[in-house]
Amino acid sequence: MINFLLKGVLRDKIRSVLSLIVIFLGVMFSTIMVGFMAGIFNDFIRVNAILDAGHLKIMTRAYDELSDMAPNDLAIIGVDSIISDLEEKYPELYWTPRIKLGGLVDIPDENGETKNQSPAIGIGIDLLSPGSNQAELLGITKSLVRGRLPESFNEALLSEEFSQKLGVDPGDKITLLSSTMWGSFATYNFVLSGTLRFGIPAMDRSTLIVDIEGARLALDMDDASSEILGIFKDELYDEERSEEIKSDFLGRQEMSEFGLLMIALRDQNDIGLLMDRADIYIAFIIGIFVFLVVLVVWNFGLMNGLRRYGEIGIRLAMGETKGHVYRTLLIESSIIGVIGTVLGMMGGLSIVYYLQEVGIDYSDLLGEANMLISGVMRAQITPGTYYVGVVPGLFASLLGTALAGRGIYKRELSQLFKELET
Amino acid sequence: MGKIVVEVKGLIKDFPIADRLFRALKGITINIAEGEFMGIVGPSGSGKTTLLNIIGGLDSPTEGTVSVLGLSLIGKSNKELADLRKNGIGFIFQGYNLLPVYTVYENVEFPLLLLNVDSNKRDKMVREAIEWVDLSDKIKSKPAQLSGGESQRVAIARSIVKRPPLVIADELTANLDAKNSHRIMKILLGLNKEIGTTFIFATHDEKVMGYLSRIISIVDGKIESDKFFDRNELREKV
Ligand SMILES: Nc1ncnc2c1ncn2[C@@H]1O[C@H](COP(=O)(O)OP(=O)(O)O)[C@@H](O)[C@H]1O
Ligand SMILES: [Mg+2]
Repeated sequence: MINFLLKGVLRDKIRSVLSLIVIFLGVMFSTIMVGFMAGIFNDFIRVNAILDAGHLKIMTRAYDELSDMAPNDLAIIGVDSIISDLEEKYPELYWTPRIKLGGLVDIPDENGETKNQSPAIGIGIDLLSPGSNQAELLGITKSLVRGRLPESFNEALLSEEFSQKLGVDPGDKITLLSSTMWGSFATYNFVLSGTLRFGIPAMDRSTLIVDIEGARLALDMDDASSEILGIFKDELYDEERSEEIKSDFLGRQEMSEFGLLMIALRDQNDIGLLMDRADIYIAFIIGIFVFLVVLVVWNFGLMNGLRRYGEIGIRLAMGETKGHVYRTLLIESSIIGVIGTVLGMMGGLSIVYYLQEVGIDYSDLLGEANMLISGVMRAQITPGTYYVGVVPGLFASLLGTALAGRGIYKRELSQLFKELET
Repeated sequence: MGKIVVEVKGLIKDFPIADRLFRALKGITINIAEGEFMGIVGPSGSGKTTLLNIIGGLDSPTEGTVSVLGLSLIGKSNKELADLRKNGIGFIFQGYNLLPVYTVYENVEFPLLLLNVDSNKRDKMVREAIEWVDLSDKIKSKPAQLSGGESQRVAIARSIVKRPPLVIADELTANLDAKNSHRIMKILLGLNKEIGTTFIFATHDEKVMGYLSRIISIVDGKIESDKFFDRNELREKV
């Protein structure tokens, strides 16, 4: 009997090929969709982590309370030894100091008088120490608009937009007016080495980037930093591991005001919320897809049912029960469902894999490169991409057939035969 | 007269139409004996199909009793009725209703698959049935490649392949020309003679009536006459 059904499925091109294509496409698109969303989302997470949040971030407890104000008087002291300790204990992460410098950027004229002045958001990043990969990680080279990277700690980068507003070019002198870690007034002269484009307006408006040592000199923060960021070496956020490290680390800290606090990426801003939401969004999109595939398959089933009315009628006349006919329809659709799902998953995963490993470079379309948009469309194979296709593939095709097949039960047997007469 | 195969007593069938009932059969009583080659004749709408559907367990009576092959059909479940059809009854319809994706051979094989006949025996029975209807050269053809007459012969082979004691044929010649109609009736008469299958036809085709040894005519849901005919001369020839 199964043989007989198989023959039917294989020979009936509408039943086999067309249904297969519908399921194949549904499964493939769902898989790609999930992979693609995971890719975009993880890229977003990656950028956030590298730029500011880290996968893990260390501050003093007091600094955390007031972190919006970049209170460097509450900075971490003895950073070098803390970092070498972290590197030893948690070698799967890069550990790097960051200083946030609030203040004014002042552009002097040839007489030393203020020509232009504007508030800046400054970041001290470890650009120069041997072995630091921060410049590369942040993609600074790629996003240079003019000039070059700093080669010494008294050189600085500005966002391109900011440099134009201030009217400075690479080679010009810029002065940072701020306050030192100890509360006194600080002025420090940098030389502009180049300008950058970030790709987000908030950062393009007024960002100043200097080497960490330059920031330390400017704010009198010897061996200190506002924060220490930990970034997984594969650049992927491992939530479970970061929670482990966090509790391990916290277990060894004193609870005083200047004791160290470690927070995970998930704990910062609204990233945790966003991560949870992303799952919901993905589920939602898959839901829509599944719904559409169910509709298509259902319609297909109905059409098939109508087309096969004669067949169903004659089979009932020959003594098959309605239940048996119904079951064979379900078996047929599961056979097609399984094949379509497997093919669709293979197709979808190969495309996702390609997008993950190679990506589609659309930076030409973008015109200008910038730091936060990679210009390469990427996807990522996540556990979800493996099983998501099962839902539209098997579930939807079975549900569609089940719904369509109900017609068999609804219709009176005698009515079926009335229709067989002609 | 031999064993009674079909026994219908006081059969009434009402169909709901809009808000009232339409009485399609108004008290039918018939006995059909084993080996009969008989027909229900009457104008269109007289109730032939309704009667045959009830005898075939495809529809249920409103009143009266029906028993087929010794089984009373009153109050039987769908499963029991399906079993009766599977084991005991072959159907032939006006539309041939062959399964389009299967070959002649596979179409004829299907009822035996439902009966789980083992494959050697099945092959023998299928080939024999196809031989009866003289289609051995078309065994691998698909229904789309067959003429109307050939299709109906496949349908006949399919209905008799399991050697059912009873075959029900509703307007089986309605789509066929005279030559094919005669050919098919001869085949069926031959089978009736050879293996003793009981045939019940519903028809208003004169050509078919010429072969029947009993004709019950119904008009407007009632039996008008029940006549027997001597077809020995015809039977000799097939
Ligand atoms: N399912 C049904 N619902 C309502 N009326 C029906 C139904 N089946 C048959 N009838 C009516 O019963 C009468 C007999 O129909 P039928 O048995 O098909 O006649 P015949 O086969 O002799 O042409 C007709 O008037 C037909 O319209
Ligand atoms: Mg009729």
